[in-house]
Amino acid sequence: MVVEEKDPVDVLTELPEGEGITIGAGEQLPESLWKVRLRLFWKSFKRNWTLFKENKIGLAGLAVIALFALMALSYPVMRSAGPWQNDAVYNPVIGYDAPRAEFEIVATEADVVDPTTQMDANKAQLWCFRVVAGDTCVIPQQPAPPGSDHWLGTDPLGRDIASQLAFSTRAAFLLGLIAAVVTVGVATTIGSIAAFYGGWLDNFLMRVADLVLLLPLIPILIVMSGLWQINLPILGVLIGILSGFGGTAIVLKSQALSIKVKPFIDAARVSGGSNWHLISKHIIPNVLPLSFLYMMFTVTEAVSLEATLSFFGLLNIDMSWGIMLNTAQSQGYLRSGLEFWWLLIPAGVAVTLLAAGFFFVGRAMDEVVNPRLRAR
Amino acid sequence: MSEQNGQTRVKVENLQKLFPISKGLFRKSTDFVYAVDGISFEIKEGESLGLVGESGCGKTTTGRVLVKLEDATGGQAFVHNSDRDEMIDVMDVESPEDRKEFRKHVQMIFQDPYESMNPRRTIYDIVAEPLKVHNLGTTEEKEQRVVDLLRLVGLTPPEPFLFRYPHELSGGQRQRVAIARALVMEPTFVVADEPTSMLDVSIRISIMRLMLELAEKLGVTYLYITHDLAVARYMCDKIAVMYLGKIVEMAPTEELLSNPMHPYTRALLSAVPVPDPSYQRPQVEIEGGVARAINPPDECRFIERCPFAVDECKTAHPNLFDRGNDHLVACYLVAPDGSWTGRERAKLELRS
Repeated sequence: MVVEEKDPVDVLTELPEGEGITIGAGEQLPESLWKVRLRLFWKSFKRNWTLFKENKIGLAGLAVIALFALMALSYPVMRSAGPWQNDAVYNPVIGYDAPRAEFEIVATEADVVDPTTQMDANKAQLWCFRVVAGDTCVIPQQPAPPGSDHWLGTDPLGRDIASQLAFSTRAAFLLGLIAAVVTVGVATTIGSIAAFYGGWLDNFLMRVADLVLLLPLIPILIVMSGLWQINLPILGVLIGILSGFGGTAIVLKSQALSIKVKPFIDAARVSGGSNWHLISKHIIPNVLPLSFLYMMFTVTEAVSLEATLSFFGLLNIDMSWGIMLNTAQSQGYLRSGLEFWWLLIPAGVAVTLLAAGFFFVGRAMDEVVNPRLRAR
Repeated sequence: MSEQNGQTRVKVENLQKLFPISKGLFRKSTDFVYAVDGISFEIKEGESLGLVGESGCGKTTTGRVLVKLEDATGGQAFVHNSDRDEMIDVMDVESPEDRKEFRKHVQMIFQDPYESMNPRRTIYDIVAEPLKVHNLGTTEEKEQRVVDLLRLVGLTPPEPFLFRYPHELSGGQRQRVAIARALVMEPTFVVADEPTSMLDVSIRISIMRLMLELAEKLGVTYLYITHDLAVARYMCDKIAVMYLGKIVEMAPTEELLSNPMHPYTRALLSAVPVPDPSYQRPQVEIEGGVARAINPPDECRFIERCPFAVDECKTAHPNLFDRGNDHLVACYLVAPDGSWTGRERAKLELRS
């Protein structure tokens, strides 16, 4: 036979021997493990930051978020040591302050020459009891336009808008954080488990996910707010579950499926890893970047949903951007256009900006996580 | 390489693995792929068996069944437990605890060094994973063991490698890490699934030499799965040739290469490249590709491609018979004394 004459192994070139293979006594590592890990984390963080920074929209989003974070952090300072110390005036919920205006009372409407200082007796009855012509009547002005006492004016109930705005920022961040953490937790767990075990469990979880995906979120929350008292943390958890169990779980499951078939999962199984070890140490760390991305989008969703529900007055919340808008609307100032702009613009812009900020950061993270989207 | 009559480390009897072809949610499938269909072999201490065959012949499935990545559908398999000096019945390994215990003794080296490591974990994490799973030793001891292992597989000095990520290493270095991971528990039996097929030819020989060296040093027994006869010859004491789920020929390496009996083995050997431009390749006529092993009919598996098929081949798949010199062949055309009844005809064909 052929092989007898020509040794196929001779075809392979012999390489020079490597360095001596011995089990050494082994010296101590120069650094402890956690220090090395910290350094590795810092290194990968720097690398990701370099990628993130390329995207100007992402940076803008980050700047907006930083601005709001500053606002949220400044609030307690302003209330305890800053210009908003007077609780009776600057409390965002029960504070009251209205600049007073003095009116000279005239007999009839026809006698009014200067409407900023004069008022007819009939109309003045609303504020001053039994006044007649020649008296003076002091009338509180609310909503008051921006001034030195109230930087963004006061609302129809005489409360300081700047104080409300800063106070509500904290609530928005809290809500976003709760919703995002719950979403990531639920979606990552459900997605990984469904992908890993497959079979009827996968079928069941994915059909539930389809169901949740089909539920109209706002009507469901409206019904729920009618049945129960919903406050901010509960709303965060609800939004987290509803958005985490729906689309996000489906996306993360598909990602987990592509990781489940990688040979390193088999390798970990051969190493003796239990199912839970495989899920927690191998599948979840590999879907986590994607779930952080969805975390950002959930914050956007939560902030705007809260504004929507508060605007309808459905939530059991003292103060929020949505409630500020709700106050303006319920007192009838929504139809006066931009005459009372300080009632609408600050809260409306805050909702839009914060939601957009998180969305832009999410988009920029998308490029870091998903190399195919990167510009060359 | 080793004494031939050592202790049995791995014993496989009539191992069978069928994959059902799904027919829908509620219908029971009646069609099966016969990936591994009743194969038997035995590997002695310090010996390594090469499993050779084309893609799709079931050699990887055999390996996966032996490390319990797949559950066999029939037959028996035993792996030696060096701690208690007894044979573990692979079929009995069912509960998670049993599996965990089983994997102290059996490990696997995967084909693709690029995909068989979690890209988010460092080399230290990868090699130390079995130690962590089995909760062996303190952090310092694990670290020490990993450093020792990396040095053992020739990644010297090991410290700079510890906290690199797999993508920072070359293919050869990764496969060394994979070997370190497989050997960190000091298993008695390692399934090596084409560990060198994805590597550069220049790296291959050093990896193979490393594996042989480690086998001698640590007393590891390999089941070496490959499609490359040259590799099998270098690595293995014994070679089993598989075709469509059956072992068609099994013999000690030199015996098989110098005296191939089964037509399929002969065809495989004639396809080995020879570095001689004036060399005239003898043609062994086999046509077509590997058939699909879905519900194979009761005839010789090789019949469709065999140029020497006779009527007898249509009766049933031939059993493996010892033709002397520990040489087992499953072919009706090989006489019990090892002489080949089709030999005259084959010579004619080789000449033309």
